[in-house]
Amino acid sequence: MNMMTRHGAALKVENCGKTFADGTCALARATLDIAQSETLVLLGPSGCGKTTLLRIVAGLETPDSGGRVLFDGKDLTRQPIEKRNVGMVFQSYALFPNMSVADNIGYGLKLRGLPKTERAARVAELVALTNLGGLEDRRIDQLSGGQRQRVALARAVAIRPSVLLLDEPLTALDAALRERLRGELNDLLRKLGITAIYVTHDQAEAMELGDRIVVMRKGAIAQVGTPREIYFTPANRFVAEFVGAANIIEAPIESGELVLPGGRVPVSGRDAMSRAVAMVRPETIMLADAATAGLAGTVDSVRFAGDRQRIIVRDAASVPLAVDAPNTVNVSAGERVGLSIPPAAIRLLPEED
Amino acid sequence: MRNRILFTLQFLFTLLVAAFLAVPAGLSIAAGVTVNYFRGLQSGVTLQWVAQVWDLYAGTILASIMIALGTLAVTLVVGVPAAYALYVRGGRLARLVEEIITLPLAIPGLAIALALLLTYGGFGSFRRSWLFILAGHVVFTMPFMVRSVMAVFATIDVKSLDEGAASLGAPPWRRFVDVIVPNAAPGILAGSLMVVTLSLGEFNLTWMLHTPLTKTLPVGLADSYASMRLEVASAYTLIFFVLIIPLLVAMQWIGERGQSR
Ligand SMILES: Nc1ncnc2c1ncn2[C@@H]1O[C@H](COP(=O)(O)OP(=O)(O)OP(=O)(O)O)[C@@H](O)[C@H]1O
Ligand SMILES: [Mg+2]
Repeated sequence: MNMMTRHGAALKVENCGKTFADGTCALARATLDIAQSETLVLLGPSGCGKTTLLRIVAGLETPDSGGRVLFDGKDLTRQPIEKRNVGMVFQSYALFPNMSVADNIGYGLKLRGLPKTERAARVAELVALTNLGGLEDRRIDQLSGGQRQRVALARAVAIRPSVLLLDEPLTALDAALRERLRGELNDLLRKLGITAIYVTHDQAEAMELGDRIVVMRKGAIAQVGTPREIYFTPANRFVAEFVGAANIIEAPIESGELVLPGGRVPVSGRDAMSRAVAMVRPETIMLADAATAGLAGTVDSVRFAGDRQRIIVRDAASVPLAVDAPNTVNVSAGERVGLSIPPAAIRLLPEED
Repeated sequence: MRNRILFTLQFLFTLLVAAFLAVPAGLSIAAGVTVNYFRGLQSGVTLQWVAQVWDLYAGTILASIMIALGTLAVTLVVGVPAAYALYVRGGRLARLVEEIITLPLAIPGLAIALALLLTYGGFGSFRRSWLFILAGHVVFTMPFMVRSVMAVFATIDVKSLDEGAASLGAPPWRRFVDVIVPNAAPGILAGSLMVVTLSLGEFNLTWMLHTPLTKTLPVGLADSYASMRLEVASAYTLIFFVLIIPLLVAMQWIGERGQSR
């Protein structure tokens, strides 16, 4: 298998905003560059404008005037979706109930005038790629949710699109299936090496699938970065809290240390500040001896999660702290515990909203 | 025990209501095949009246069927694409157009006829042709076609289907032919049956628009009631029933199938 082939177009979304006819501003003006064969994930809570941005790229919505969408440098802003050669997987799949699985997958090829034999060959190729063997003649209403999802994907990919657009393609499925298909989808996107935009509100999906993630909030872009950048160095409080679990501590700083009700914690750099909003991930906090640790608190509750346990510690900081401890540690509610936080694990956030 | 009695009473009441409606229809049909209605069925059973009606009104009946089919053709060719455009487009303009198309539902047939006469009455050859009645029937039945097609659109998520086909490169007319029409078929069929039934049975509007040479079945019916002996008029009713009942049954059947899906 040739993992290095690159497909699809490089995309540029330039200054694209969207105000709907009823006055709703669904998307503030945004500019994004998407490299060829990159998978870009749009992540954010419900109603933040992810679908709107995706539909602007697809050509299903026109951006407010001044906005432009470029495929490989070509301005396609005025072209409707049928002229853009995009592959789209809808949240509802939008499969055609009047056609068989094979006809659904082959529909885009038929429109392109591909001769029957070539069409059949390409459909067979995609049926194999998406593990749909044996279901070619089924009707859509005779498929399971996971199978429908794969037909939708195969149909979108069949036309060798310039860009693959996926709008929450796994949301309609149950949790176990979602996790499995997420892995399959990831393999497939890598194998195809195609430019893709993937919309989701599930941060685990975003982390696994995205080369880069665009975190959105209320119609605006909050941060763009690789999954690691987003997770370890969130640009603001919203991103920190939306992606993964985070303790957000507001506290004064004195001589390079955060001053907390339960003790002091050294922070690196930025001693000039007098107050800070700091983010600490639960898995970076370690339990220590209460007598000797710089920071101590009282165990409020312990939630056992199998592979680890989440311990909530009160009185250490102004807010209860979530601490992820190994599943072998034995603590119980009411116990005094010490906490140790490596300075590198503390991320200072800009003080806003 | 009490339930039993209640059920029996309800059953009897239902029977009574059904009889109230069915007996006149039955009598009327029976009258059409009796030799002499005033002497009753013992005077004998005959098809002579039916034959007489056929001799006198065959042209009218055939014309009526042609008009019904013509109305169907126009409502299909205009109404289904219009419903598609209205539904997919959405917005204020689409709603306005929809309201205008539906307006004839709320206006008495007589008023529509009067408006047509006032507007087009001066175009003599149009006024005297079958097309004039056809036009009236199209105006009258269009809302039923558009509504029933739009109703099925709402249940099959037409907007997604349309966008799905568009994303694969289909221009609007291909989307309409390949995806929209096949999936809206039950609604189109239901609308078609309704249009044919309404056109065949329409009286108010047609009565105003007709000329001695352009008559439809119900207008002929009124004519025969007014001028023929009772047996002939009843035989006419019988023919009307034979035409219209299969359509009504088909409509019911399609409606039920649509619900069970
Ligand atoms: N056609 C429309 N007319 C008016 N407002 C709209 C329209 N479509 C979307 N909106 C509004 O724009 C905002 C963004 O919608 P969008 O569908 O892009 O959100 P989303 O991030 O995809 O949310 P979700 O995760 O729930 O799908 C929402 O407040 C929504 O109500
Ligand atoms: Mg959405």
